[in-house]
Amino acid sequence: MADVIKKATRESYGEALVELAEKYDNLVVLDADLAAATKTGIFKKAHPESFIDCGIAEANMMGVAAGLALTGKKVFASSFAMFAAGRAYEQVRNSIGYPHVNVKIGATHAGISVGEDGATHQCNEDIALMRTIPGMTVICPADDVEAKAAVKAAAEIDGPVYMRFGRLAVPVFNDPATYKFELGKGVKIKDGNDVTIIATGLMVNEAVIAAEELEKQGINARVINIHTIKPIDKDIIIEAAKETGAIVTVEEHSVIGGLGSAVADVVVENYPVPMIKIGVNDVFGCSGPALDLLKKFGLSSENIVEKAKEILAKK
Amino acid sequence: MDATKRKNLEITSCKVRMSVIEGTFNAKSGHPGGSLSIADVLTYLYCEKMNVDPQNPDMKERDRFVLSKGHCAPALYGILAEKGYFDKEEIKSLRHIGAMLQGHPDRKGTPGVDMSTGSLGQGISVACGMALSAKLSNESYKVYAILGDGEIEEGQVWEAAMFAAHNKLDNLLAIVDFNGLQIDGKITEVCSPLPIPEKFEAFGWHVIEMKAHDFDDIERAFNEAEKIVGKPVVIVMTSTKGKGVSYMENQLNWHGAAPNKEQYDIAMAELNAKLAELEGK
Repeated sequence: MADVIKKATRESYGEALVELAEKYDNLVVLDADLAAATKTGIFKKAHPESFIDCGIAEANMMGVAAGLALTGKKVFASSFAMFAAGRAYEQVRNSIGYPHVNVKIGATHAGISVGEDGATHQCNEDIALMRTIPGMTVICPADDVEAKAAVKAAAEIDGPVYMRFGRLAVPVFNDPATYKFELGKGVKIKDGNDVTIIATGLMVNEAVIAAEELEKQGINARVINIHTIKPIDKDIIIEAAKETGAIVTVEEHSVIGGLGSAVADVVVENYPVPMIKIGVNDVFGCSGPALDLLKKFGLSSENIVEKAKEILAKK
Repeated sequence: MDATKRKNLEITSCKVRMSVIEGTFNAKSGHPGGSLSIADVLTYLYCEKMNVDPQNPDMKERDRFVLSKGHCAPALYGILAEKGYFDKEEIKSLRHIGAMLQGHPDRKGTPGVDMSTGSLGQGISVACGMALSAKLSNESYKVYAILGDGEIEEGQVWEAAMFAAHNKLDNLLAIVDFNGLQIDGKITEVCSPLPIPEKFEAFGWHVIEMKAHDFDDIERAFNEAEKIVGKPVVIVMTSTKGKGVSYMENQLNWHGAAPNKEQYDIAMAELNAKLAELEGK
């Protein structure tokens, strides 16, 4: 594992914005005094004329983003997930979602892997909040390659998109030469017929590691990466329910309203099978090194293995 | 202002007021008080100031208008109907199921509505974005926004105020409808936003005070606003909530209540009498 390249998806976001500027001369990037952290600073350095710092005023930033988009600009508005989806929720709903404005929200520092800053900055609720807004596309990429591709795909959609990025450097497992991002399509990373592990974001890599361990124990697990949480790929989920008969979801987000809930909606309405949701169990996070926190909250390959075996017993 | 021009503006604003009464009466709900207090300034904007084309509502170079106090949609619908953006018959189905005219402005369904508003404090930020957009791409359109005096209790308004001054948005003109009343009472008694001009001045805006129901004064204020370079302008207009309908004037309970049939008849009789007087009939 020593030679695995690690990179935070927030870095990918900043770099992808610079690449997008080559294609779109109407690109405008907004931030709320966090450019150095969200990595829109990379864009600011390359294209200062198209970068607007809105200061520590996220509510206003979302409205400004809507106004820019309504007058022909391709707008990316950035902050931490806590403030983009949390503090500015109602502005996103009423000034971007309801009027269906072409604004892309780049939310970084999602989940507990924010680390030492602790609970006030660890947003485990953003997927839940954003996916309740009609017409909102919600994307949670798993690694650098997928994140860059997602940003480019988002730019091509006419409508609001919420993109969730992380602070923590995570392994880059997709091959940039062959990777293709298909919005709304889940990715079957590994086939298997005993149980399906459905993951999003940085948990996709953990799911793959868990599947390898399960393999050693004689359990053939399927792994699906759901990078687009809304609109969700119903077909790949229903197929997994039918063919494997048991599902474990895993996300760095509350078990309430996130990937697990979205998958459960599909499973319950179409082909009910036993399911376990791995996520933050309706508690706030806390300070600590990101990797230790992920383990503490059960967001690890070890816990996925355990829960996969648990659900198998219920088949 | 010459007499004919003034009379024509007064005729149009009287028709906008009738539309407010017609719409809220048929809807059995809505916000007539604040709609009546902005009828004159909306009339002046759409008849004298804004570069818009009702036949081409999405014209790229048009001036933009954002009704930040979105609950006063009946007045906006009134002037848009007068200008021919849509059939006046639509007014009668305001707030009905399936109607084009929603309780609060909806940009997706109503020609001439540049932004959906209703949640207070949000429209002014969108207006800032539109004005900034024009600056970024060297376009010459202007952006107008109307806010309520109660609305400016929202913190977002002051985030926007800071942003507009910082970005020198002199193509943005905000109008604050200073009628002194909000849902729970007088603005001075609920959670006073006063003094309004001094606050905007402190935030770096050019402030103009104006009488909201006097077209000569409205013209004076807008002419002054046009000359300002390098900073956003706010017109703080002293208005009468419910203006033009005797029993609604300065009455708190007409903020968000519709007239019944008897009240509708009285209001329409008053406005028809005013119209007849203006038209010299």
